[in-house]
Amino acid sequence: MTESAQDGEYDAWLDSIESGDGYYLECSNGHGWLPPRRVCPRCHDQELSAVDLPESGEIASHTTITVPTPQFEDDAPYVTAIADFGPVSVTGLVRGVDPDDVAIGDVVGIDVGERVTTGERAVVFRPR
Amino acid sequence: MSDPRIAGASVTQFGKHPERTGRDLFAEAGLEALSQAGIDPEDAEALYYGNFMGELAEHQGHQGPLMAEAIGLDVPATRVEAACASAGTAVREAVKTIRNGEAEVVVVGGAERMTNIGTAAATDALAIAADDLYEVRAGMTFPGAYALMARSYFDQYGGSHEDLAHVAVKNHEHALVNEHAQIQQEITIEDALEAPTIADPLGLYDSCPITDGAAAAVLTTEAYAEEHNLDAPVAITGTGQGGDNLALQDRPHLAQTPAADKAAEEAYGDAGVGPDDVDFAEVHDCFTIAEVFAIESLGFYERGEGIAAARNGETTRDGDRPINLSGGLKAKGHPVGATGVAQLATVAWLLDGSHPRADAVPDSTVGVAHNAGGTVASTTVHVMEVQE
Repeated sequence: MTESAQDGEYDAWLDSIESGDGYYLECSNGHGWLPPRRVCPRCHDQELSAVDLPESGEIASHTTITVPTPQFEDDAPYVTAIADFGPVSVTGLVRGVDPDDVAIGDVVGIDVGERVTTGERAVVFRPR
Repeated sequence: MSDPRIAGASVTQFGKHPERTGRDLFAEAGLEALSQAGIDPEDAEALYYGNFMGELAEHQGHQGPLMAEAIGLDVPATRVEAACASAGTAVREAVKTIRNGEAEVVVVGGAERMTNIGTAAATDALAIAADDLYEVRAGMTFPGAYALMARSYFDQYGGSHEDLAHVAVKNHEHALVNEHAQIQQEITIEDALEAPTIADPLGLYDSCPITDGAAAAVLTTEAYAEEHNLDAPVAITGTGQGGDNLALQDRPHLAQTPAADKAAEEAYGDAGVGPDDVDFAEVHDCFTIAEVFAIESLGFYERGEGIAAARNGETTRDGDRPINLSGGLKAKGHPVGATGVAQLATVAWLLDGSHPRADAVPDSTVGVAHNAGGTVASTTVHVMEVQE
């Protein structure tokens, strides 16, 4: 079995989340982005540096998906959410809470988990 | 500079066509549009063609020349891809080509074959219009993405699933007389609210169907139309396009669609009209909440007020500004790469009185088409006007 292809900085970023050293990229004007990025799309600054990702974020919006793509067939139903972590927002799966109890404003931590269907890694949020 | 005239337009029946290829669907629409235009195909000088998932659904890339061949044209042919706004973007390229004097006759169209791969694979294919690393791998589907936007809208401005149900009921009612529509079935508010959930708060009737179909139009100059005595009273007088971050997570707002704001502003400025001049619009209601975003971005409503428009009867066929008299994507169907040109055709037919819902807007002179790609990371807006 061949090792699956790596997606460059994205996989490195997942590694950082997994090891508890999550980061985001910040330009010199304070705009935050997730890797990979070479330039800030807002101000065109190319001086991006890694900054520690806050330990907790806040759910900005969420949905329970019941009709998934084939890669999430055995995961459904599952909750996908966007959570704000200071200057950046991240999309991930919400776990460790009943889907009916997820609400905008909930405080979550960020981790990496496995998708049920494929075993591949995904960003996971858990209540804090 | 000449504003392009719409000399002919055609759409196929939208729906399931299991035995028909994309090239066959486009051939039907393209040949009919050329025939309606009454233009010698030898005079056509370019084809712009919208398509999104041809590689996945039919294992067919490089569809530009294939589709030119399918309608008997030997012209430079370009496929344009901007997710669900592919055909609207193709229209914009056709408009620019005519305006800058490069051609007098241009064919624009699009086609998509989607039902042959089934719901799961089509959901997967549509999902790749989102950010693969940060959205698709977090389980994002397109209903899911619009559900995130809907929930954010409700949180920020108010509104409910029942408000969205009114959008669905309206568009289904509008489609009842549209023979090209995929769904000609009246629904009730209760039907919409009780339908199975796809990605909460959105249910089955908040979502457009998966569709096969094609659309085509023939654009020409005013001078060519006069010289050849063509019946082409409708002109495209304004074109606009806007963009946004691909991923929802990278945007400042989840409950607004600034790419559509930009496209509308540009198109209105180009045409020299404003929202108050518009009699009706065909907008990209891939999900019911998308219609709300569209009518706010087009300037018909302030932020947070578009949600009540259908419930209040303002956007119904007997309202002040009817929206999606065709039935919209919701009931008419959404063959992704064809949608923008199908909207163009609908607006032209409503303006020239030949659409079955034209009686709703009998004296109209200005119509607008709004075509959005992805979670509105690409948007085109076109203004069409009746010329004397």
